[in-house]
Amino acid sequence: MKFAVIVFPGSNCDIDMYHAIKDELGEEVEYVWHDADSLEGFDGILLPGGFSYGDYLRSGAIARFSNVMKEVIKAAEAGKPVLGVCNGFQVLLESGLLPGAMRRNESLKFICRPTALKVQNNNTMFSSEYQEGEVITVPIAHGEGNYYCDEETLQQLKENNQIVFTYENNPNGSLENIAGIINENGNVLGMMPHPERAVDELLGGADGLKLFRSIVKQWREANVITNA
Amino acid sequence: MFKVKVYVTLRESVLDPQGAAVKHSLQSLNYNEVSEVRIGKYMELTIEKSERNVEDVVKEVCDRLLANPVIEDYRYEIEEVVAQ
Repeated sequence: MKFAVIVFPGSNCDIDMYHAIKDELGEEVEYVWHDADSLEGFDGILLPGGFSYGDYLRSGAIARFSNVMKEVIKAAEAGKPVLGVCNGFQVLLESGLLPGAMRRNESLKFICRPTALKVQNNNTMFSSEYQEGEVITVPIAHGEGNYYCDEETLQQLKENNQIVFTYENNPNGSLENIAGIINENGNVLGMMPHPERAVDELLGGADGLKLFRSIVKQWREANVITNA
Repeated sequence: MFKVKVYVTLRESVLDPQGAAVKHSLQSLNYNEVSEVRIGKYMELTIEKSERNVEDVVKEVCDRLLANPVIEDYRYEIEEVVAQ
């Protein structure tokens, strides 16, 4: 499986993402610059964390109009897995691929620490390797992760089982403890915690690895013909 | 040409953590009459005259980029200025 890591000016978790895929997962991965006009040949799209365009105006607001985003939207519409982490999640919200918006953290502080997450829905291409209700430890690092959506949208998220991860101890004021949501079609996931920073026991834990393994497993089952 | 002032604020229904913190600071300075603070953004745009209605252009740029309708409201003032 071949992944693209989209690099915006100001992305700073792109190398962690690349490392997670190449060295820990053992899959193919390439960096794709924000002005690229094709994502052909890629099976999965990863939008990394950071401060794209200096977080000017609003986090993710400028990145949303970069050239490559047209292709990311096409890939999402074609059903390819699209994962946005942290600033990547903010870009997905701004581009309308996921509903809602981010507010400043309730404490107004940038928070960087491991957090306990509950897997609310393990019936997705990003979470099938986890158990439902499993509590995992994944680091967060953000100043604007306080998820918000209106009541109607929240009802839809709940009804369609689109809330994939919640915080055990809400660090930022996020609505309903939401840490990660998926689109209705089930192929676009946005999450504030950084699974790519939790892929090696030596560095404090590997609970994020199952997320990437879930993507690969799903893709193999759908695309690789086995001669059994 | 037009000088346009755009004010973007969090919607009334959305809690503004920055505004709440500033309000608490003002109250700790004994300005107890300050009952609410909402923090927003102020932008100045210069728009050249074109065949398009300037108000339509302003609304469009606010909706598409300057404000996020999920959490923000905006208002604007348009003033026509004659170039010197």
